[in-house]
Amino acid sequence: MSRQEAITGWLFILPALIGLSIFVYGAMVYSLGISFTDWDLLTPAKWVGIENYRTVFRDRMFYQCLNNTLFFVITMVPFGIIFSMAMAIALNKKFKGVSFFRATFYMPSITSTIAIGMVWLWIFNPDQGVLNSILRGIGIQNPPRWLESVTWAKPALSIMRLWQISGYYMIMYLSGLQSIPNELYEAAEMDGANSWQKTRYITIPGLANTTFFVAIMLIIESFNIFEAIYVMTEGSPGGSTNTLLYYIYTEAFQSYRMGYASSLAWVLFVILFVSTLIQFIARRNQQRSW
Amino acid sequence: MKRKSTKTVFMYILLVMMAIIMVYPFVWAVTASFKTNVQIYSGNPLDLIPRPLTVKNYIDAWTILPFYRFLLNSAVLSIIIPAASIIISSMAGYSFARLKFKGRDLIFLLMLGVMMLPGHVTLIPNYALMRIFGWINKYAALIIPPIFGASLVFNIFFMRQYFLGFPKEIEESAVIDGCSYAQVWWNIMLPNAKPAIATIAIISFKNEWNTFLWPNVVINDYFKMPIQVGLSYFKSNVSTSWGTLMAATTMAIIPLIVIFIIFQRYFISGMLTSGLTGR
Repeated sequence: MSRQEAITGWLFILPALIGLSIFVYGAMVYSLGISFTDWDLLTPAKWVGIENYRTVFRDRMFYQCLNNTLFFVITMVPFGIIFSMAMAIALNKKFKGVSFFRATFYMPSITSTIAIGMVWLWIFNPDQGVLNSILRGIGIQNPPRWLESVTWAKPALSIMRLWQISGYYMIMYLSGLQSIPNELYEAAEMDGANSWQKTRYITIPGLANTTFFVAIMLIIESFNIFEAIYVMTEGSPGGSTNTLLYYIYTEAFQSYRMGYASSLAWVLFVILFVSTLIQFIARRNQQRSW
Repeated sequence: MKRKSTKTVFMYILLVMMAIIMVYPFVWAVTASFKTNVQIYSGNPLDLIPRPLTVKNYIDAWTILPFYRFLLNSAVLSIIIPAASIIISSMAGYSFARLKFKGRDLIFLLMLGVMMLPGHVTLIPNYALMRIFGWINKYAALIIPPIFGASLVFNIFFMRQYFLGFPKEIEESAVIDGCSYAQVWWNIMLPNAKPAIATIAIISFKNEWNTFLWPNVVINDYFKMPIQVGLSYFKSNVSTSWGTLMAATTMAIIPLIVIFIIFQRYFISGMLTSGLTGR
């Protein structure tokens, strides 16, 4: 390797390296430091050791956020997988209008959650909203009060997020479908398999890798619901839609408890990291046992 | 044959119903923005036709808050940040793909690690950093930190993979003819990477147009707000009627939808080839 090549090599990565060192690596270290302090931005930070982390595990709101997140995980992961896979299988054929349908299903996922959240706020409006008008129209006397109700606010948010993101994962499944060899279907047809059997025994197992990846992304997605809550519920009613990310935001930028918010951020990071790690290990063991 | 055609009809009906569900909120927002408040509050919510049609909501929204300014801010940010990201990531991507130097692979690995970090961990320290730099309410805070994050690292990775697929002969003969590495990057690598650049550009344009959390934290002066922050500010602080709110929402959504329709191919192929995009 020539000297000039090495110098150029370094110079070319330098802008990225400097920027990331400040705003990512440096920020990580800084964040860890802040999490051991009590800091309201106005008075100097006070070192409190691991006190913030102790508080996290005694904090009822933290457990409520975890609980809410669990609800989002168990609704969004299975339904997200089913919807996006079904859409992809339906749109994996060549027929008139297929690219129109693909574009239409994908469109919500490129739209800003802040903006489309405003629209859904109106759709879920219990008295004048579209959803309840339809429900009343088909004979349901007392439709849910959606975002105002402790029971229905979380399902409402799940519905809205599923509507928004399914098209995104549909594209991932479409790309996963490309990797299933056509010969498998031809062989199955010769054996007289019907289309349900082909889907059940070829398509779904053939998409296992995509599904694994989509499941991980959906779990992270469920933990990170923020903008929808910011515009639609602000965590209400009674904290029933609060998530850790929204809680971190309000602790830091409304209550100005920077230290505590930072320790929450680290706890969330560890939870996400461990859950992803467990899924990878489980997946590897599963593949080995086959 | 008969059975097959009923199946096709059934599938079309299902798909059309799905398409209506997907499009309905957009159509509702646009049509409501042209309705009078009387119709929004007491008319039939399933009636999509504004009667009478009015542009008053738009006029009201524009006179209450400088929406032209929000749109301009967002348009500028959605061009500057992707452009900077493309320059920086293509330089680094070229270096990682082609130039040999000590520590290269280690640094590359260290950078890839950034993709696994959730952005929320760096939110608070970067905000504190902005206060130290005196960048709160400054354009610098809107432009510089957003360039450096997981999306930059993804772009570096994407460019590197793309450059690795190039045949080496052309570059090598250019170097023998006395071209510097910088000239190779600018004159050979970049012009041949147009599809990769287009993909990155369109996806980061979308991300910047929709960005909310960071600008919401660092900007309070509404003249400097990008559109999503302006919209949410409009909703929570100025809160007027649903008609004006829907006019503002339409302004925040439609520019990106138009771009999506024009560049649809890049959006979807970008996702298919890269497998991953920020949201």
